[in-house]
Amino acid sequence: MTRKKNMISRWWWKILCIVLLLFTFIKGLLVKIPNLPALEETSRNLFFHVAMWMAMMSLFTVSLVNAIRYLRTFNLKYDIYARQYAVVGIVFGMLGYATGAIWMSYTWADPNNPLFQSFGALAREPKLIGAAIALLIYFAYLVLRDSIHDMDKRARISAVYNIFAYAMLFPSIWIVPRLLPSLHPGQEGNPAMNFNDVSPEMRLVELPAFIGWTLLGVWITTLKIRMSLWKEKRLTA
Amino acid sequence: MKIIKSSLSLLVVLLFAAVAQAQNVAGESSFGQTMRSNGRIYVVIAVMTTILVGLFLYLIRLDKKVSKLEKEA
Repeated sequence: MTRKKNMISRWWWKILCIVLLLFTFIKGLLVKIPNLPALEETSRNLFFHVAMWMAMMSLFTVSLVNAIRYLRTFNLKYDIYARQYAVVGIVFGMLGYATGAIWMSYTWADPNNPLFQSFGALAREPKLIGAAIALLIYFAYLVLRDSIHDMDKRARISAVYNIFAYAMLFPSIWIVPRLLPSLHPGQEGNPAMNFNDVSPEMRLVELPAFIGWTLLGVWITTLKIRMSLWKEKRLTA
Repeated sequence: MKIIKSSLSLLVVLLFAAVAQAQNVAGESSFGQTMRSNGRIYVVIAVMTTILVGLFLYLIRLDKKVSKLEKEA
């Protein structure tokens, strides 16, 4: 009985993640969406492309919290947490970037102009550059952290750098792109989170999608954390 | 045990494909009709869901493997 209870308490959010993502994939393709010019059916990417960035931001936030927790307690466990959350956050960020590249090729690019020639204009998008800067800063976090051999020094320096990286996330993906003209939505606020911009049917899929993808990221991260904790334990034993 | 499990799941997938195929030949079963409506979008949903379920099964297996390792150590 207690074992069963334990199973449920450990697995309920993983089951929730599976259910929400299955719902996203099925309902996300079937839901009626407003037919907007240029976007047409691609609005469905809201459940996939935008969800990648939502998951990335959540994972980076958890990483920051764990970096601060490390600096408060100097418990090396939190250093491992912070690193793994940052890594999975980067993976989601790169997926967001890749999916965005595909999406923009068929919505922004001038159909009369080959993609190769309109690339020059598209690459100047402030949102793209901002996201690239943010991801590169997090890449540098990994380089910095994994190049220091002393465990305590590594944990302390990378925790401080993690806070800096998160602070850079704000201007590079939220502030600067909003100050500059751009094709990318999000000039005047949060279009995906705004009740007036998303039709109610889409909203029904959108929130489960964001939560489901974020939970998937957390699930993968917990596996990575458990593996590195196990490795650490074996090394010290 | 593991081999049995994996071959069983492969069999289920093949069976599903075969059933879909058979209905294709027979013509108008309700399942086939549904799958071919709306510009056959349901086929895409079936493919995407299969991939997602496969990934989830893999993740669950990894999770269980890590749990086992943790218990051993």
